[in-house]
Amino acid sequence: MLNGYGATILDGVWLTLQLSLLSMVVAIALGLFGASCRLSPLKWLALLGEVYATVIRGIPDLVLILLIFYGGQDMVNRIAPLLGYEDYIDINPFVAGVGTLGFIYGAYLSETFRGAFMSIPKGQGEAGMAYGMSPLRVFWRILVPQMIRLAIPGFTNNWLVLIKASALISLVGLQDMMARAKSAGDATHEPFTYILAAAGIYLAITSVSLLVLRYLERRYSAGVKAMEI
Amino acid sequence: MIFDYNVVLDSLPLYFAGVLVTLKLLLVALAFGLVLAVPLGLMRVSKQSVVNFPAWLYTYAIRGTPMLVQLYLLYYGLAQFEAVRASVLWPYLSNATFCACLAFAINTSAYSAEILAGSLKTIPPGEIEAAKAVGMSRFKLYRRILLPSALRRALPQYSNEVIMMLHTTSLASVVTLIDITGAAKTVSSQYYLPFEAYITAGLFYLGLTFILVRLFKLAERRWLAYLAPRKA
Repeated sequence: MLNGYGATILDGVWLTLQLSLLSMVVAIALGLFGASCRLSPLKWLALLGEVYATVIRGIPDLVLILLIFYGGQDMVNRIAPLLGYEDYIDINPFVAGVGTLGFIYGAYLSETFRGAFMSIPKGQGEAGMAYGMSPLRVFWRILVPQMIRLAIPGFTNNWLVLIKASALISLVGLQDMMARAKSAGDATHEPFTYILAAAGIYLAITSVSLLVLRYLERRYSAGVKAMEI
Repeated sequence: MIFDYNVVLDSLPLYFAGVLVTLKLLLVALAFGLVLAVPLGLMRVSKQSVVNFPAWLYTYAIRGTPMLVQLYLLYYGLAQFEAVRASVLWPYLSNATFCACLAFAINTSAYSAEILAGSLKTIPPGEIEAAKAVGMSRFKLYRRILLPSALRRALPQYSNEVIMMLHTTSLASVVTLIDITGAAKTVSSQYYLPFEAYITAGLFYLGLTFILVRLFKLAERRWLAYLAPRKA
């Protein structure tokens, strides 16, 4: 398939999927944290969450990726000698990619989660408190399970954008599907064929994601009456 | 030295030249994208599947693939075909600025078309009924009622798309253009100070984003005043 480049591109697909999924895990953790910060009654914590969401969403993904990958590596190597560490520290593109995408999409998810948390009726949390649950338990047992249903449409969007943004990590040297398709195209002088194949695979991934998330949305809404207007 | 201010100050002219390139790319892409989006949006609300399906397929394929892939396809991919290289369009298609503008315009047209279609679908039925009651033809109904109303109500969502597009233009640096990101790349490799270079680029984008948000607030106050909550 594809002049023998099929297998290496499929390897790249696996790397792209790993990168996207792991980034999403990091993003969900940061998004939950960011959303709780922004909804916190503590002023400085709310401000911190607000700054995180606003600044990250105001800067292009590509610039953030270059900043964190090249700038971060540079910073680490400037600070390390001050702490008495002499060797040059090389950051692995996969780890940096997961961290960067997770950090960026955490900001977008904090916005999605914040909206979902705010749509949960106040009485839900209060009822939990009345039962003597600790605030942390109210958060995990009462608020988060209800928030998931409300967050799925926004989450779907964030996930699709994240998969597409993962192609940018190829620009800092990760051998993901995009990088492999590009170099296969250069090697065979048939760039269109290979890049089109990559486009087809991205389209397949986004299509399957849409189907799965639509199914999840229906499952999480099982107990909710649908209103037809 | 933890942060080198002097390098940043010295390269400010390069960044401002980059801002101009970024704004030029953004404006050209948005203008052509919007021109394409109006017919596509109208096709997307059609009940005839012959009309609706091609527009659906277009927006689905564009919105389902990364911008980088689309840019690569146009800039690197097309050169594969002898017919393209021999055609009269080749001087344009081998030009990075042209390819970037074209790719961005195609990309934003798909997103804008969906926004417009969504806005057209949520038009208050009374507006159409009133237009029919005064005897407007179908064409006049679209020109005088549906499109102006839908375009106005699409404004808040369109502002998001414009900001996404501003961020997307940073990909132009991948095909050798010296926009804000391109300027940062130049500075980074010239002085080997990536942290300073990219943080400055980030601040420029942040500033442009805030300006755009402000402009759209003003535009909403102008064109969406009739939907604003009443002031006490």
